[in-house]
Amino acid sequence: MSGAAALESDTRRAAAPPLTQRLVGALWRALPVIVVCIAWQIAPTVGVINPDALPPLSAVVTAWWDLLMDGSLVSNGLTSLWEAVAGLGLSIIIGVGSGVLMAWYAPVEAIVSPLMKSLYPMPKSALIPVMILWFGLGPSSKIASIFAGCLLPVVLSSYNGARGVDQTLIWSALGLGASRRRVLWEVVIPAALPEIMAGIRNALAISFILMVAAEFLVGQHGIGYLISFLGDGGVYDAMFAGVLTVSAFGFFADRVYLLFMNRMLRWRE
Amino acid sequence: MAGVSEPGRREAYLTALRVGSGVAFFAAWQLTAMSHVFSDFLLPSVPVVFERLWHDLISGDLLYGILLTLIRTFIGFVLAAVGGVILGVSIARIPVVRWFFDPLVSVGLPMPKIAFLPIFMLWFGVFDTSKVLMVAFSSIFPVIVEAWAGTQNIDKYMTWSAMSLGVNRHRFLWEIALPAALPQVFTGLQVALPIALIVDIVCEMQMGGEGMGGSIMTDMRFADSPGVFAYIIAIAIVGMILVKAMEIIRRRLLVWHQETQTA
Repeated sequence: MSGAAALESDTRRAAAPPLTQRLVGALWRALPVIVVCIAWQIAPTVGVINPDALPPLSAVVTAWWDLLMDGSLVSNGLTSLWEAVAGLGLSIIIGVGSGVLMAWYAPVEAIVSPLMKSLYPMPKSALIPVMILWFGLGPSSKIASIFAGCLLPVVLSSYNGARGVDQTLIWSALGLGASRRRVLWEVVIPAALPEIMAGIRNALAISFILMVAAEFLVGQHGIGYLISFLGDGGVYDAMFAGVLTVSAFGFFADRVYLLFMNRMLRWRE
Repeated sequence: MAGVSEPGRREAYLTALRVGSGVAFFAAWQLTAMSHVFSDFLLPSVPVVFERLWHDLISGDLLYGILLTLIRTFIGFVLAAVGGVILGVSIARIPVVRWFFDPLVSVGLPMPKIAFLPIFMLWFGVFDTSKVLMVAFSSIFPVIVEAWAGTQNIDKYMTWSAMSLGVNRHRFLWEIALPAALPQVFTGLQVALPIALIVDIVCEMQMGGEGMGGSIMTDMRFADSPGVFAYIIAIAIVGMILVKAMEIIRRRLLVWHQETQTA
């Protein structure tokens, strides 16, 4: 019994390199980031760079902690999160649905797809002013901007994914007696999933851009507003803290989504 | 004979579809506007917007704005293209550079670079310098990644053949590595250009300084909705032309490549 356990732990140890070695490897990989952080701390304190232009890292971390404690980071962050989730969520629901249906029903495709393709390269930020005209200065105009900007990438990737499904798969399923509805749900959508999910990843990046840009421009809520408010007030260490927070959020959102995507698509070879 | 005319007919059919869907779009817009479900302020009618577009075109304001935006976008984009290719190729070929930039690039790529806008305003002011640098900073990452991957994945037989023929490092870089990486580098540039335009427009919206982003923001502040819609159409057309132009340049530049010959 104990022999078997020992054997098991032995094989496990043999499979993975020892912990210290892995730690050193990780540290070696992260070293450039650490070097940049140290340079960021030292350059303004020594006076190589004006500390007003680049507050030392320690001051930024302190400012971040203060923002966190006085609640402004949390409340503005939650507003931004809500805008991004609502806008992106709507665009996924409507975009995936209409993209797949476009590929499924030929007449819809003939009318909508050329229009989609010509509107696709439109710079998404141009939509923000119209959404402000339509929905005012509050969160709804940001949700609408994010939705409008994310919609086309999601629609187009779902459409391309669903249209690229191997016809023999569809014919086989139909030949085995599946209804068209079941073919859509159990063949077309799973087969299109890799491309749909790649499109959503694109949209995730766009949603952050539009969220921050729209909050910079108008309104009095959200992390983008917080950053530009602090910047206008000359509280630069806190402004840097805000910028770092958004950047970290964008980075981790992408990483988490990537993990989720790989998990969802594990069935592929 | 039929084989020759077939692609031509398909092209004509696609053009007809494209024009048709455009007409349908504007017709739907016009019908919605005429139904007065929304006020003229929320949705100005198509003739009003086009009249405004025409007026701005005649007066020269529109071309001036487009030109300003394009110049800023292009300078930033060229900086990103040159810097991104140099950095990407160096990362692929020089181990120290790879060690240093690998983690920085993988952190920087998915980050929303637009959040750095206030920092650029602090460092470089609110005029052209900060806009151009912001554009370059935002659009450089896809170029780096694609140039890196493109140089890394060169066919090893090509490398070996060149080596055994006695090519030195310098010639290898210019005559083997860069041409072989070109298709992927161009993919990076095609991703970067729309980003450059988006970011430049946001910069103009935030910092002013005219250009299309500045003008659309001014119109919005004056609640001049025909102006806002006219600029949206102008911006969309500029975006469309830029993307199309990149496709054409790609086909020209890669005439020798398989992708052009099979297509």
